[in-house]
This record gives sequence, C-alpha cells and structure tokens, in this order.
Amino acid sequence: MAKQVKRKAATQAPAHKTVAEPQAQAVESTLLEAETLALRAGPAGMALEFEKPILKLERQILDLVQLQEQKGVDYNTEIRQLRDNLTSLLKKTYQNLSAWETVQVARHPARPQTRDYIDLLVTDFDELHGDRKFGDDLAIVTGTGRIAGHKVMLVGHHKGRDTREKIACNFGCAHPEGYRKALAKMQFAAKFKLPIVTFIDTQGAYPGLGSEERGVAEAIAVNLREMALLPTPIICIVIGEGGSGGALGIGVGDRLAMMEFAWYSVISPEGCSGILWKGSQNAPDAAEALKLTSRHLKSLGVIDEIIREPLGGAHRNPRAAADAIERYIDRTLRELKPLSAEKLTDTRYDRLRKLGADTIEVA
Amino acid sequence: MAEITSPTVATSGLQGNFVQTRKHVDVPEGLWLKCAGCGEMIFRKDMEENLHTCPGCDHHFRLSARQRIKILTDDGSFEETNASLVSRDPISFSAKKAYKQQIAAIRQATGSCDALVSGKAFIKGRPLMLAVMDFDFLAGSMGAVVGEKITRSIEKALADKLPLVIVSCSGGARMQESTISLMQMAKTSAALARFHAAGGLFVSVLTDPTTGGTTASFAMLGDVIFAEPKAMIGFAGPRTIANTIRVELPEGFQRAEFLLQKGFVDRIVPRRELRSQIARTIDYCGK
Ligand SMILES: [Zn+2]
Repeated sequence: MAKQVKRKAATQAPAHKTVAEPQAQAVESTLLEAETLALRAGPAGMALEFEKPILKLERQILDLVQLQEQKGVDYNTEIRQLRDNLTSLLKKTYQNLSAWETVQVARHPARPQTRDYIDLLVTDFDELHGDRKFGDDLAIVTGTGRIAGHKVMLVGHHKGRDTREKIACNFGCAHPEGYRKALAKMQFAAKFKLPIVTFIDTQGAYPGLGSEERGVAEAIAVNLREMALLPTPIICIVIGEGGSGGALGIGVGDRLAMMEFAWYSVISPEGCSGILWKGSQNAPDAAEALKLTSRHLKSLGVIDEIIREPLGGAHRNPRAAADAIERYIDRTLRELKPLSAEKLTDTRYDRLRKLGADTIEVA
Repeated sequence: MAEITSPTVATSGLQGNFVQTRKHVDVPEGLWLKCAGCGEMIFRKDMEENLHTCPGCDHHFRLSARQRIKILTDDGSFEETNASLVSRDPISFSAKKAYKQQIAAIRQATGSCDALVSGKAFIKGRPLMLAVMDFDFLAGSMGAVVGEKITRSIEKALADKLPLVIVSCSGGARMQESTISLMQMAKTSAALARFHAAGGLFVSVLTDPTTGGTTASFAMLGDVIFAEPKAMIGFAGPRTIANTIRVELPEGFQRAEFLLQKGFVDRIVPRRELRSQIARTIDYCGK
C-alpha cells in the first residue's frame, strides 16, 4: 500500500515549527532543510540546473559546520557570511524564475506531494478507498481528516515518491475510477456538510486503453457538472502540476488557489511543443507562451490567490509550505462555512460564469 | 487518408497530438471525389444530395456548421444568436505564430467569427436552442467564445424552457487560450448542471471527431447522447495513447460503435435519421 511508503521530504523536514519570528526562523529552517538535503542526496543528487550554484554554496556551509564541530575551531563569521550569500542567491534565483524553470520546480523530485501534506497538516486522516464501481485508483487519494481544526474531505492527486509508489499510483495520472472515487467521496462529504479540499498535482488524466474504454471523458465531465452544485464549501489548490482536464476533474469549487511555483494549463509545455514544433525540444518556449504560472493566472483572474512558498520553493521547506497552505485553508473556510448552500452554489456559478467573459468582444 | 497533426488543439494527457483528416483532403474540389470510406470515386453532387454521405458505403463526410444547420433544421427556421462574438486573444499567445493574426486570417478565409454557430431553430416543427461546432475554424476548438456561446445557449434554453441540442465536432480545448479555454469546460458543465436541475432536455450529438476537452465536458453530459456512424469520439488522441502505452490500438478504437459497446453512447444515428430521431426524443420527453 502506498501509505507505507516513506516520504522523505516530509519526514526529514526539520522538527521545529515557525512560531514567533517568521523572518529569522524561516532563514534558519531553510538552511537546516538545505543541509539535510545536501547530506541526503549530495549536491548533484536532485538538483535542477539553476539550483546547482545554490547547492554548491550549501555544501560549503555544511563542510564548514562539520569542520567546526570536528576540530572545535570557530568558523561562525565565515558561516554567517556564506549563509547571507545563500539567502541572497536564493532570493535572486527564485524571484526571477522563467516559466519553464517554474515547471521544473513544480516537478522537483523532492517537492511535497498530497500524502506529504496529509502527514504535515491533516490530523486524524482516515483514507477512504474505491469508487464502488470498478476499483481503487491510487492516483487520487481521498479521505476525511482535520485541517486547522476543520473537519474536511480531502481529495488529491498523488504522484508517488519512489519507483514502486510511482507505478502504484500511475505517476498521478488518474483513470476514470479515480475521478469517480473522488466524486463518490465528495458527495458523501456534501451530504454531511463537510467542506471539501482538493490538492491538484497531475500531468493529466491517464491516456490509455482502459482509461478510454471506461470513459475518462465522461468521468471528468460528470465531476465538473456535479462539483458545480455540491452544497458544501470546496477549496481547490494546485500544489504542483495542473495538467489540463485531468487537473480540472477535481478542480471546480468556490476558491481556486495555486502554490507560488505550481503551473496550470490546458496542455503541458511538452504537449504544446509537440503540436507546434513536432517534438518536446521547445517546451521552454511553450511554457512561456501558455501563461501557466501562478502570477499569470492571478492577473488573468483564473485563480483567487497565490500561496507563497518558502524561500527556494516548497521542497526546501515542506513544513513551511504546509503551514502556508494550512493558514490559507483555515482563513478561507472561515469565510465559506457561514454561507448557506444556496448562496455558496450561486456564488460558485457566478465565479465560473465570468471565466473568459472579458476575453471576448462583439466584432 | 492523410493524417496530420492539428495545429490548434489541446487534448488532455501528456501530449496533445490529435489526428484529423483535413476537409480538403477528404473533399477536393471537382466533379468527382474519392470516398474516404470505400475508396471509390463518387459524384460530388450525389454525395451532397445524399446529406454528404457516400451513396455506396454510407461514409459520413464532415459537415461545416452551416451545412449541418441547413440539413438539420426546418427551412428558414434558424435565427442565429451572438453571431459576432470574437476572441480578444486573452493571453496574447504567440509561439511560432501569433494567435491574433492566426484567427484574423481564419475569420477572413471562413467568414466565421469562431468555431461555433448557435441560435434558435425548429426541427420538424419543434422549437429548440441549437449550437453546432465548426471544425473548419481551428479544428472546432473551444476557447472563450465557444464556451460563452454554449453557455448562453444553455441559459437561453433554460429561460425559454426549450430543449437544447448541441452538435459536437471538435478537437478539444483551444491551446492558444490556455487556462481560459480549460475553464470553459467548467463553465459549460456548470450551466448544464443548472439546466438539468431545472428539468431541461439536452440532446448531445457527437460527430466526427469529438475529442479532448469537448468530450470531457458538455458533450458527455446529454440526457441522451447520439453519435453519427464511425465518428471518432474520445478524450486523449490516438497517437498520444499509442505513444504512452506502446501497443497497437484495437480496430475501431474510439469510434462511435466502440463507445456504444462500452456504454457511453445511447444510439448510433445515421445522418438521414437525425432529424426524426431528435423530434421523437423531444416528443417523448414532453418538451
Ligand atoms: Zn464510400
């Protein structure tokens, strides 16, 4: 079972939690996380190309810290200097990510996934399996639990961390039974007025024989229709990749938020490149053209909010990323829970109804 | 039959390739044409008088939206609505070529504003709201204009208590409007949710091809779903699937008959029977 698979990024996150001084704490925990990362994988282990200078600096810090411990020599001044350099380098790098670099961060092998966030921010999680029709698709995780004290139904794509888990959940590409499982659990939630939280993280629905035979298009379509009218609050958050209809299939709600370095688009950059340039080599150009970053989608009015990630991305500090998500959900549920079902679904319709309306005109 | 990759359509999945047969390959100008179904040379005039089907093998040739409306509705009954809605190029899409120039050129060439024609019409005397997708305009892809026109058709049918008929012919969501296109799937489906809740009758007609985001939204949400014979209907394009699973796809995969067998289409309706089939369904539902 996928649940037993250890999820390293989350479990090895530093134990202490940001409380009083977010600024100072954030820097320290970033470094500690960075140090564990460097220790675990080595600087090149999981590094994206543009992360390499960062990891090199981290390795230098780590070596100095170790040297200091071993030899009892005081390198604190040097370490502090290097840490300052690291912070500015992280800031400089992550404030200027290209669309394609953002896609790479969203796909980072150490980026927290749905089950990591379940470990980090959901208490009393009870996973609920199966669509009662065909099977249990592990590409979508569903279950009840508490977030910031609120009882919720959680629905999220899960890609898997190691090879075995990735295969078990099809790299987060759901079959129709995944979407039908999600709907069954969401209908259960609506019956008992449990708010629904969805975590979107998929390259798309699974394009395969069984998926088509069992009607993946119908499964997604029905979810879009039913989610529009479910009489309970629905919050959708793109935590990593938002690939087309497969993402939207659990993405209709009262609020749509995106993690800062997530992407969301009608097609993957590789797919777009394949269509326009007959190959994936122009994926960086396609990523730019598709306007798929959280900043673009906020200015287009497609999403309501960007959830800021810790310095250097969620994979550097899953704990801080989870805290940011938790704060967003808590605040938003406080807004939505007092609303009547009618008010909720009317407002939800108005929100959907407006999408794209200002992008057309009478010739 | 020449296979080309659609320049415009984003289906779901890891790759967006979508195989289509271009109209001009199917139907070259001239007195005679080669039928894509049986390979025989047939008289264009015979084909056209036969509702654009092959007199020999019943191959259904693809129709433009205007041709479809002409053969489906009572003579002179169609009143077009929202005819001049055009896209404002929401994300200033430019890769290889600029979307703005691309649609300007297609508007010029086709005389259409976008990939869907909608309005009020009568079929065998029954009034209804009709929306027909147009494959000639960027592979019938759904961007904000198509999404908006479908939604307005649904809302108009709801307000006037009319049955709704949508004829799909589309490669899916329109890549050049990215997430705005994607959101049209949610918008049209939400409008249908209200329409269904209010007891409206929605007849969804699937024609060759109906794929991607079109299938995964309104097209699969009919109270009844009719399909033309042999129409390709699916979510991911066959090439995408073949590239992913690396096996040969079975004969007839993603054709209307395959979907009928798998339980996702109610009836295969030949083109010559579509008018009476829709009229009968409307009568049956007391609409
Ligand atoms: Zn023929």
